[in-house]
Amino acid sequence: MVSNIIKEFRIEAKDFIHAGESSIEIRRILKSMGLDADITQRVSICAYEAEMNVVMHGGNGIISMILDETGVILEVMDKGPGIDDINLALTEGFTTAGEEVQQMGFGAGMGLPNIIRNADYFKIYSETAKGAYLIMCFWLTNTIRRECSGRLFAAWNNNRHDGVG
Amino acid sequence: MKLSEVKEILKAKVISGEDKLDIEVSGGAASDLMSDLLRKPKEGSLLLTGLASIQAINTSVIGGMAAIVFVRGKKPDQAIISHAKKHKIPILSTSYNMFSSCGRLYARGLRSITWLS
Repeated sequence: MVSNIIKEFRIEAKDFIHAGESSIEIRRILKSMGLDADITQRVSICAYEAEMNVVMHGGNGIISMILDETGVILEVMDKGPGIDDINLALTEGFTTAGEEVQQMGFGAGMGLPNIIRNADYFKIYSETAKGAYLIMCFWLTNTIRRECSGRLFAAWNNNRHDGVG
Repeated sequence: MKLSEVKEILKAKVISGEDKLDIEVSGGAASDLMSDLLRKPKEGSLLLTGLASIQAINTSVIGGMAAIVFVRGKKPDQAIISHAKKHKIPILSTSYNMFSSCGRLYARGLRSITWLS
């Protein structure tokens, strides 16, 4: 039985020095809890890609992880410029990232497709100038393929990017 | 394949993790594009890259990779080396380019990890 854990990390825009640290900490926590290795890997990849997106695209944000007996829920929200065309952003190879980001091995338009590949459930909300909200869920049993809801969406939707309050 | 064999085959220098040459690498993955390496997880693989950056270390940690070889004679700076030590990822450097590095390892039996094969 996994006890419930809620963790929140702040992500600073353009902080390329610390980019990835929140995701590595998430991975460390899940490993220390003895979570299934495959789910731990998939959660880590999704957290990292989402964290890099926030750092790269210029809005401060929050990454939240909830672990309970059903699985892991990741929520990532930011107050960046938002995504003009979500369908286009989900297309492998499409990117708006600049050269600085590409020199670090990112910004090839694979972040969101990698998230879709590795999460059991994924949903994204975004509006121009409002930032983006992502929810990703990972279930501990294969039989569960349900949708899930997060606790930060309302805050994001109401432009309260500092989280729930 | 043991990391010590990788070192010998690629005539590589060990930049950090001299004490980890005994570890086994389960397969190889080669890219300068970090998101290519994050398509699917694979624990224990060897990463070959020409990208000497903090994010190469982070990608290895996130992807569960066992060790990194920087190709084309790339030398990571001190911040990157410290980061690798912190996360216990051994790093090597070879003067072979990516193509030759992969070819030499393949010829000696190392294979692509499944999701990139």
